[in-house]
Amino acid sequence: MTFKRPTRAGWAVLAIAALCVAGFVDVAFAEDAAPAATAAPVPNKGDVAWMLTSSALVLMMSIPGLALFYGGLVRTKNMASVLTQVFAIVSMIGVTWTIYGYSLAFGDGGSMTSWIGGFSKAFLHGVDANSTSATFSNGVVIPELAYFVFQMTFAMITPALIVGAFAERIKFSAVMLFILLWSTFIYYPIAHWVWYVAAPDDVAAAAKALAAATDAAAKTAAQAKLDEVTGSVGWLAGAGSLDFAGGTVVHINAGIAGLVGAVIIGKRTGYGKDLMAPHSLTMTMIGAALLWVGWFGFNAGSNLEANGTTALAFVNTMVATAGAALSWLLVEWIVKGKPSLLGICSGAVAGLVAVTPASGFAGPIGALVLGLVVSPVCLFFVSAVKNALGYDDALDVFGVHCVGGIIGALGTGILVNPALGGVGITDYANITGNNAGTYDFATQMIAQGKAVLATLLWSGIGSAILYKIVDVIVGLRVNVESEREGLDISEHGERAYNM
Amino acid sequence: MKIVMAIIKPFKLEEVRDALTAIGVHGLTVTEVKGYGRQKGHTEIYRGAEYAVSFLPKIKIEVAVATDQVDKTIEAITSAAKTGQIGDGKIFVINLDHAVRIRTGEADAAAL
Repeated sequence: MTFKRPTRAGWAVLAIAALCVAGFVDVAFAEDAAPAATAAPVPNKGDVAWMLTSSALVLMMSIPGLALFYGGLVRTKNMASVLTQVFAIVSMIGVTWTIYGYSLAFGDGGSMTSWIGGFSKAFLHGVDANSTSATFSNGVVIPELAYFVFQMTFAMITPALIVGAFAERIKFSAVMLFILLWSTFIYYPIAHWVWYVAAPDDVAAAAKALAAATDAAAKTAAQAKLDEVTGSVGWLAGAGSLDFAGGTVVHINAGIAGLVGAVIIGKRTGYGKDLMAPHSLTMTMIGAALLWVGWFGFNAGSNLEANGTTALAFVNTMVATAGAALSWLLVEWIVKGKPSLLGICSGAVAGLVAVTPASGFAGPIGALVLGLVVSPVCLFFVSAVKNALGYDDALDVFGVHCVGGIIGALGTGILVNPALGGVGITDYANITGNNAGTYDFATQMIAQGKAVLATLLWSGIGSAILYKIVDVIVGLRVNVESEREGLDISEHGERAYNM
Repeated sequence: MKIVMAIIKPFKLEEVRDALTAIGVHGLTVTEVKGYGRQKGHTEIYRGAEYAVSFLPKIKIEVAVATDQVDKTIEAITSAAKTGQIGDGKIFVINLDHAVRIRTGEADAAAL
């Protein structure tokens, strides 16, 4: 059986069908004074299997994928330090996410719930094998523990992305303290802003009721109900920003934090003079390929269930990445004279980043165009812009993740348009002015721009403050001698290679 | 006795070894080295970073021969290592005062 995402007209039909069913149910139960509560939905076994598989795939993106991708790009003397940083961040977030991170990101924050989740689910309070989380389909749920661990892998990889910006010169203690603070004050709130919708089924139902209301009194009542349920969503989700798998939350967020870090910590000793060529493009290629494979869990898993939209996100991830890898290779070949392995690997990652927010919203051809477009822009940033401004973003976290993320976030606003092969927006977005489920270019681009800007500001300014705090407490940078010796020996007392 | 030291292109090592064996030189020490002479280096580009790599990988061979063997040795190395392109390398001849074979204690000419 094939599942087709309903078109705009389809949504209207669905809404009418839902109303008919609702009407029938009302009539059917009218005779009983107290209608029986609807049975709680039960998770589908296929959905559960897919979500747990996706969680494991996203973990593989961090270790070993990202660790090798980054590790190959540094010098031999800093290989172990990069691998250790990524591994340690993954482990630390695994602990903090369980203790309080999940609660801050996906808990109910009471009166503050537009901004932050609070501590109601700290230590996984109330989260057990029987609790469930809503998905994008009304009435379809997955085990909350599956949602918890899937989101945990996102919280792990996002801060790990940042370490590429200040690689080869930062103290290990500074990395750990900074990431602890950053995940708490930057990542968890932004994840909450964008992804927290307390009860999407209720929002959809309220929006439908508003659309169906005929007289003024019913409209007022329906609007009041809608305002009530939309009051319990993250403020960017409420603003209608679309971010399927984390273009803003993960990539823009980590990318700008990386840039700020590279500037505050300063250039590597010998930057621009010494040879700082990647020590193993082989490792980098293995890492990039593992990222690509793992990203299917990241993007297609972000649909939270296994259906046609999951396949769409999977295919979009495939074609956008292929397009971006190829376009980086070709542009570099034309501009710099040679097609390079690092180029095609960088292009693949740029494509993965750009398609992340769009993966469940764009059509495959839209995703392909997005992939072809993102690479030249990122290449321009990692070469021309970086060299002109002189900052030492060692492994191009800003140039690839932040820039690629912005292209993806804005591209999503364009490509979600059904006229361009996109899926259209859901029935609980664009809910103002009785326009639920209707695509409007200007409205959508404003919502996308709001999310991009909010992330840049919160993460950019917040990170700057956190770097300064860390600098005061433990100091950010190793001394020049340690840096020359390499962080493997000076910080970890071991070598990555004993050959 | 002399030491003939030659810096050659890495892919010429096997031909040089064959040529030396053919004239009766049966011992050879090889080191992987980097350096530059008149041959220009090359440019490596990693995303936005361009590096002029001026130290190129070369092979250094050292062979100890009797003085009357020196010309033949130079001739063998030159003909085997020559490509006619810039970067073929150089040969240096150095006086050798004394030589000992560790296993037997034989000295000088007998040790070569």
